[in-house]
Amino acid sequence: MANILVYALHYNGAINKNSLGAVSEGAKLAAELGGEAHAILLGENVPQDLAASLGNYGAKKVLVAEGPEGLAQPLVDAMAKAIGDGGYSYALFGGGLLGFEIGAGLAARLGAGVAMEVTNVRAEGGELIAERPILGDSAISEIKYRSSVGIIIGRLNAFEIKETGDGPAPVEQLSFELSAHAGQATMVTRGEQRGADVDIEGADILVAGGRGLGKAEGFQLCEELAAAFGGNSAVAATRAVVDAGWYPYAAQIGQTGKTVSPKLYLAAGISGAIQHKVGMQSSENIVAINKDANAPIFEFSDLGVVGDLNKILPKLTEAVKAKKDS
Amino acid sequence: MKICVLVKEVPDAAVEKRIDPSTGRMDRSGEKNLNPYDTHAIEAAMQIKEGGEVPVEEIVAVTMGPDSAVRALHKAVSLGADRSVHLSDPAVAGSDVAATGYALAKTLQRESPDLVLLGQQSDDGECYTIGAVVAEHLGMPSLTQVIKMDVESESLRCERQAEYGYDTVQVKLPAVISVGDAINEPRYPSLKAIMGAKKKPLQTVTVGEVEIDPGKVGGENSAAQWVAAKAPPAKAAGEIIEDEDTGETVEKIVSWLDERKLI
Repeated sequence: MANILVYALHYNGAINKNSLGAVSEGAKLAAELGGEAHAILLGENVPQDLAASLGNYGAKKVLVAEGPEGLAQPLVDAMAKAIGDGGYSYALFGGGLLGFEIGAGLAARLGAGVAMEVTNVRAEGGELIAERPILGDSAISEIKYRSSVGIIIGRLNAFEIKETGDGPAPVEQLSFELSAHAGQATMVTRGEQRGADVDIEGADILVAGGRGLGKAEGFQLCEELAAAFGGNSAVAATRAVVDAGWYPYAAQIGQTGKTVSPKLYLAAGISGAIQHKVGMQSSENIVAINKDANAPIFEFSDLGVVGDLNKILPKLTEAVKAKKDS
Repeated sequence: MKICVLVKEVPDAAVEKRIDPSTGRMDRSGEKNLNPYDTHAIEAAMQIKEGGEVPVEEIVAVTMGPDSAVRALHKAVSLGADRSVHLSDPAVAGSDVAATGYALAKTLQRESPDLVLLGQQSDDGECYTIGAVVAEHLGMPSLTQVIKMDVESESLRCERQAEYGYDTVQVKLPAVISVGDAINEPRYPSLKAIMGAKKKPLQTVTVGEVEIDPGKVGGENSAAQWVAAKAPPAKAAGEIIEDEDTGETVEKIVSWLDERKLI
């Protein structure tokens, strides 16, 4: 029996999109292996209907564990217990910070093999093979598991959400013991929003700024360019500059931010790290301006401009305005 | 307080990385630099030491790798670590993330650190996971991608960005913390520190000396087996403009955008 246990992250009464993708993917793979995909949620008073709703995405059963939310180690305890009880061959995680931490902790606990940043999984000869891009996505490694449990951590947005299930799934309570070290970390505040609440997900044109802007004031150049495009345009930012306090968290693209696919994504001073790429690579047109000709972003941009954005952006803003007025 | 900082030698970003076709693993022979993310972890340790909230007796840099990894330790020491430990043993070559984390945890155990710091990821493998593996083996709480860390007497108040915004987490010591690059701006080593780095104590240990079970490490014993590497689907290369005359560059950008009806 090759069952798959899928972690489902939830917050404020909703399941994370990457987790819905992972449940959908788990259901598809389990069917190919002749087993079932089950999902697991952990939290304080997780609503039954929220848990059961994962049946719509193909989970045949949903385990609910009671414990502190938003931290990885309690989930390592809960998932290790479920795997010990229930004969699972694989544990699957959608992209995201907690998935990385839980998957890694679980690998250590179970002596299991782990593959992270996985973009594709296939069933072959009754087992799963994970595909993981490496070396800045210039090659793809294939990973097999020698351990009795294999751990697969997806890359952000790697797994497509599919409502192929038969409706609400049966929900079971899972009792488990919190390990001593898991009890040593406590959440003080969760999900604090820093900076203004801006909407970038609906924009057709995004002008995104990164560390190459040099300072917080550099965002003014992005804002002026976005204003020149007018209509449905907005300004986005990378994690580095959001963490530095240059721009609001709500405008952040990538791993722990938003995923966008505008008609035009214009990246100014962004190197193009994988964590950023996963949040914007499905944009229809990608234009990058960066002074470093070796920046990874040039490998996936449609138009790359090697140069000083402080010189280029103001002139581009004028030229876009002039074009609009003509 | 005793702080151990895990460091790693990575290929110089300027050196082309490649896969060894015979093993399917990364060819690490061109490695020569301290992982840039690790410099933030060393800086974080230095700031705790210099901050004076808690007395720091010692900062120890710890690595696992071939002989050449000594260079990463010298760099770590030049940035402020007091001494270093090098786990060097052919038995650990080819270890996957889980086996590497186990071997590092065994090496750390002998040091009995109050705090283990590491960078959020390595520049080459792009894993964010080693900290969580090490913490599980040490039975310590852990948190990754921390961008602010306040030391209190027996705990840390950590901030990080997670899926839904910024989280603040109180973590009791001893703990394993991986830091994000936004946590600080690493200092440059002084010439004196660079010259003095080779004089600071460096201890080389083997698998047997730190009681690593040789059956749990190395490529053959790793549970995740890299079976093959292949090329990704080909993608047409984008157009590149080198900005020489900005007026001309901007004209080209505008006509490119205009052709695609983006203005």
